[in-house]
Amino acid sequence: MSTANENVMPEKHYLNDNYGIRSWLLTKDHKRIAVLYLLTITFFFFLGGLFASLIRLELLTPQGDLFQSDTYNKLFTEHGVNMIFFFLIPSVPAVLGNFLVPLMVGAKDLAFPKINLASWYIFIVGAGFALAALVSGGVDTGWTFYTPLSSGFVRTPVIAMGVGILIAGFASIFTGLNFIVTVHRMRAPGLTWGRLPLFVWANYAASLIMVLGTPVIAITLILLVLERGFHIGIFDPKLGGDPVLFQHMFWFYSHPAVYIMILPGMGVISEIITCFSRKRVFGYGFIAFSSIAIAVFGFVVWAHHMFVAGISVYSALVFSLLSYAVAIPSAVKVFNWTATMYKGSVELATPMLYALGFIGLFTIGGLTGLFLAALGLDVHIHDTYFVIAHFHYVMVGGMVMAYLGGLHFWWPKMTGRIYPEGPAKLAALITFIGFNLTFFPQFILGYLGMPRRYHAYPPEFQVLNVLSSAGASVLAVGFILPLIYFLWSLRYGEVAGANPWDAKGLEWQTTSPPPTHNFEKTPVVTEEPYHYGTEQEVPVVH
Amino acid sequence: MSTSQTTTTDHHPALVHQFDSMEQQKEASTLGMWVFLLTEIMMFGGLFASYLIYRIKYYDAFVAGSTSIDIKWGFANTLVLIGSSWTMAMAVWSAQNGRRKGQVYFIIATMILGAAFLGVKAKEYYEKYDECHIPGHVIGKGFNAWGGCSATDKSLGNIAEDIRIPPHGDPNIPEASAELTAKQTEIFFSFYFAMTGLHATHMLIGLGVLTWLLMRAKRGDFGPEYYSPVENVGLYWHFVDIVWIFLFPLLYLISRHAHAH
Amino acid sequence: MSEHAHPSRLLYVVIFLALVIGTVLTWWIAFKNLGIWNPVVALTIACIKATLVILYFMHVRYSNKLTIVTVCAGFFWLLILITLSLSDYLTRVLNVG
Repeated sequence: MSTANENVMPEKHYLNDNYGIRSWLLTKDHKRIAVLYLLTITFFFFLGGLFASLIRLELLTPQGDLFQSDTYNKLFTEHGVNMIFFFLIPSVPAVLGNFLVPLMVGAKDLAFPKINLASWYIFIVGAGFALAALVSGGVDTGWTFYTPLSSGFVRTPVIAMGVGILIAGFASIFTGLNFIVTVHRMRAPGLTWGRLPLFVWANYAASLIMVLGTPVIAITLILLVLERGFHIGIFDPKLGGDPVLFQHMFWFYSHPAVYIMILPGMGVISEIITCFSRKRVFGYGFIAFSSIAIAVFGFVVWAHHMFVAGISVYSALVFSLLSYAVAIPSAVKVFNWTATMYKGSVELATPMLYALGFIGLFTIGGLTGLFLAALGLDVHIHDTYFVIAHFHYVMVGGMVMAYLGGLHFWWPKMTGRIYPEGPAKLAALITFIGFNLTFFPQFILGYLGMPRRYHAYPPEFQVLNVLSSAGASVLAVGFILPLIYFLWSLRYGEVAGANPWDAKGLEWQTTSPPPTHNFEKTPVVTEEPYHYGTEQEVPVVH
Repeated sequence: MSTSQTTTTDHHPALVHQFDSMEQQKEASTLGMWVFLLTEIMMFGGLFASYLIYRIKYYDAFVAGSTSIDIKWGFANTLVLIGSSWTMAMAVWSAQNGRRKGQVYFIIATMILGAAFLGVKAKEYYEKYDECHIPGHVIGKGFNAWGGCSATDKSLGNIAEDIRIPPHGDPNIPEASAELTAKQTEIFFSFYFAMTGLHATHMLIGLGVLTWLLMRAKRGDFGPEYYSPVENVGLYWHFVDIVWIFLFPLLYLISRHAHAH
Repeated sequence: MSEHAHPSRLLYVVIFLALVIGTVLTWWIAFKNLGIWNPVVALTIACIKATLVILYFMHVRYSNKLTIVTVCAGFFWLLILITLSLSDYLTRVLNVG
């Protein structure tokens, strides 16, 4: 229904409503805050990527010849910390969620815009501490900060890093709090829970985790910092403490944290699949409730990271069983996405390519999680490259691809411009190939026994490592290309118009980019979500 | 669900742009405060969970440590805080019923009681500092619960001695065992300071927020149509009270009866 | 405008007195030897006091379902943390070998 000559940039929109650095740094507009987050986490993505490149360079040869082992410890720690806490956790919620949740519920902004801005500043302060830790030498304990290594043994800036992460955690808490209240109290008339876009359900579920889990890591890191600062013995066995307790408290958050990372990504996939299959989502209710189920179940499986740490075997049995259970709702989603595409009219636009990649790679990653959840197998593959391959499949093959897919899907809405489709498709393909080349060999390496966090390895593992490093360079190209063409599109990209994908959803009912107050008139919702293939066309506002 | 097509009559001055009505704003801000308190439950909860695990592991040390803190201050502080919860509830009631003077007086009363609590806490902390019961060896003379705190008074902060003195202690306990238990009380005190310290920090922040609330109450901002800030600060304050309601028995009353554990 | 009911001033005083009595009771019982029941009694009284504060001072008795769910969720999640962690520690002694 969109005709070419209707695609005109609106005169006033949220980007040009106000000029000047103050209007950005003191903004209360959720869309501008989303852009601020986008810039910040992009920086951290490439910073984490830099460390990954150094790791893969070192692992080209069996000897530890590029870096000393102490330095190598810093490389994988900094890679993990920067990627997890400063890129993955905020990625979809703080960028896409902040931008889209108010639009998708038909509201003028989030419930607490000032808290939203505060959340970005808190994130910056946390990031500041983390960067300070980096430039004063970097931390080398692994992103898991296991004690007593981190609490009393190393001389690296653990305190600064711990403080940085815990402060950034509060940013996450505020975002989650904002989303929960917004979804409960600010839905447009007619927008019942059963009509909410699945992206909103997903962010809501992730927000529950943010709010319930993050405080525990905050207090754990506070205790760690106190222990290091005051030489007390909460987690140090020499002083009567229990290192396994640290692990319990750490993983109580850090396991649900992976669901904070993946759930919003799954929400993105739901939106993309339905739009590019031109078909309503199969099993909407199941997908919505599976998000909540993952959020809840995700909290009772944490000790599967501790099977060989010394926990009781009975406790391990319970956690193993529960870990199998938590896979079920994820599987439900994958089935439903596939069923959505079945007999749909599938268009392989770039977002859809990323979504398809997600489905395949997340499934592999998820299934290998079950290998790890099996007690006997885990004894063999714990702390090997199998684990690394598993979580990179779900986090990069899954989450990062979902993030990129979402960025491509909503780029026109956020900027009013379309990215160039040719280079975009190429980048998606390169990313997919590079990713598999990098991480599939790591499953084999892990199974064959190569431990993680080692900078030297037996020579018989070299071929697989070289394949992995080669893949990493391809993957890097795949990630750099979008940076280039997204920037290019800001100036030279085709003007998008309000709804370039002809998608359903309230966010497409306003201009691209939207005005500061989102909608000229508060929308009233009368239809089911994703009513593709019905005769009714949704009127588009220019 | 309120209609969103608000007419522009009578915009309450406190209505912010993202909400369509004062009712929506109130419901949202109250839910926001409750969700925030949810995060606080989990934050303190982490400390409570760890405390529980160590209490089981080092029960004797926890008894000894708990016995060494002065119960009357904990008791007094509990009453003070409960009183401040009452005055806070009365401040909310006053705002709801349009009593401007009442609001102001009750907020001030809450602040005074809160400050009193912190004053008592400071005294308790100083006592621990004096007895060398502050964990670690960064503050003061370092942790020493087995007789080496003061050069002149071997009984000052000497938990190893207290463990063996009736009626609460048992002279049959060998000296070496008592000294080990005394050493282990460092973990008890770590939790004592961490938990009461986190609690006290929340009270300090609460006092700051109450100051802000007081200024607004004096200005006449609050009345029956708009009192949710008072109510929400009240929720926060009551939460801090509830944390203390649990801290008191868990820290001060581990095994007070005159009986050799 | 839906305004939920609120406690009267008298009720606030009654709750306050109940809390004071609970505190005094806690203190008094602490000095009696009930063996294993001492902490149970102390914590039970604490739970009752907390419940009174939540229901009346924090108005949960008069609040909507969402508020009640939020409060219950908080305590439930805390219970998850405590029980599952304890389930490890308390079953260790049964470890074979």
